[in-house]
Amino acid sequence: MRVARLGARLLDGYAAMVLGYLFLPILVIVLYSFNKPAGKFNFVWKSFSLDAWADPFRYTALVDAMSLSLRVAAVSTLVATVFGALIALALSRYRFRGSGPVSLLLILPLTTPEVVLGSSLLSLFLDFDARTGFATVVIAHIMFSVSYVALTVRARLRGFDWTLEEAAMDLGATPFRVFRKVTLPLIAPGIAAAAMLAFALSLDDFVITLFTAGSKLTYPLYVYGARRAAFPPQINVLATAILVTSLLLLGATVVWQQRTLRQRTAGGLPLP
Amino acid sequence: MAGTAAGSERQNRLAPYLLIAPGILWLLVFFVVPLVALAQTSVATGDGPWWDGYARALGNYGTHFLRSFRYALTATLLALVLGYPLAYVIAFRAGRLKNLLLGLVILPFFTTFLVRTFAWKTILSDSGPAAWLLRQAHLLSESGRLLDTTLAVVGGLTYNFLPFMILPIYVSLEKIDRRLVEAAQDLYSTPLGAFRKVVLPLSLPGVFAGSLLTFIPATGDFINAELLGSPNQQMIGTVIQNQFLEVRDYPLAASLSFVFMAIITLGVMAYTRVLGTEDLG
Repeated sequence: MRVARLGARLLDGYAAMVLGYLFLPILVIVLYSFNKPAGKFNFVWKSFSLDAWADPFRYTALVDAMSLSLRVAAVSTLVATVFGALIALALSRYRFRGSGPVSLLLILPLTTPEVVLGSSLLSLFLDFDARTGFATVVIAHIMFSVSYVALTVRARLRGFDWTLEEAAMDLGATPFRVFRKVTLPLIAPGIAAAAMLAFALSLDDFVITLFTAGSKLTYPLYVYGARRAAFPPQINVLATAILVTSLLLLGATVVWQQRTLRQRTAGGLPLP
Repeated sequence: MAGTAAGSERQNRLAPYLLIAPGILWLLVFFVVPLVALAQTSVATGDGPWWDGYARALGNYGTHFLRSFRYALTATLLALVLGYPLAYVIAFRAGRLKNLLLGLVILPFFTTFLVRTFAWKTILSDSGPAAWLLRQAHLLSESGRLLDTTLAVVGGLTYNFLPFMILPIYVSLEKIDRRLVEAAQDLYSTPLGAFRKVVLPLSLPGVFAGSLLTFIPATGDFINAELLGSPNQQMIGTVIQNQFLEVRDYPLAASLSFVFMAIITLGVMAYTRVLGTEDLG
């Protein structure tokens, strides 16, 4: 038994080391947002400074890139969440002919390398002489987000009790009212989680965006270009800001989900 | 009344199609049609024979393909070796820390992938902490480098896709009925025996999904090779990107992209046959 306990200790230690590996670059990103680099490139530690934090919007190109990224993420998340949630609803609510191919079509974009997705979209845009820019990036981001949203929401809807809708209808509710009062509140946490995932994916996407953005620069594209010209610590400041904001948002959704969970349990409604 | 009942029946039959219509149309127009456009581009060689792009793709870039698959395979195996024990600890041993640890696993997702890779560049640079530490331990010679090596590229790939390995394995471990493990132990199985005969087989769907989700993006990645490697570590993604966006040799670029996708698809199909499960989602 002592051997087993030692083995378990070793296993825990190993897991902690892997977590450390996952964490290390994040630590470096945050740390280097406080660096005062010697030259244009924030790759070597020089001295501690709050300069970049005091002046995060110093480089207009960087700010423009970030604002473009946020706009692309907002629009694509909105559209992809609606499209994806509707597909998930159809797949888990109804049995219908063609649901198999639909599921396959959802998975395929996830098993296709990004460089293929990006280059094939560019081929299409070139064929139609479409000017690449904001619209084409949004189109691309919706495309890969729909799958993630649909699969995430569908996973959340597994085991959902659809007779609740029938009960509401039996009690005289109109279909729209049933959706608003019964279906939507129950599936909302799943949809919120999927929307956050879509937003994060859009904000982070580099490869597909590189192919579809033309001369426009999103935040990742700006960072990519920065390796040649200048890599100011403001890049790290914004990365840290994204990190902190996402953590706060994540915390808020967890609290919100637990509260709706409590309310639902208190109301005696079954959980999704 | 009978008429309205039949009407709502028809409505119900139509409902799923109306619900999937916008999203599926989007995927058809912006995922399937582009693949057709890519195929067309690959054979639009002008004067030359239609297979000219393919001939050049296979003739000149075989080493890039092979290198990409080799790197991605190594990274996937490393991610499995690193990720499985962590997923196991979170699923079976973390107790109340479970959600916190899961949060830490997905934390890297909240910082931009590109900035993360630049952070590795800092860590691995010649004057960086990793090289210094290894030199102190005499594991790296004074002129030895970490950056611009295969090790750095494979390490970066492993790092970037590790959460994609951990999460599906965690999900499949989490689903395992604890009573099965207890039953095995009641029947005098050793902890290791119980793991090998009960836990490991039941977690294979997670290993399957995790390996695909790691391997596929890793083969196509070119950021790690570009930022952490030298031209000697160039992967196929760089070539495709370069041919499409800089050189603009579209037939060659599209052929490369198509060959790449074909290999991946065949590989995934073969792998599915062997370890088979359809449940990726």
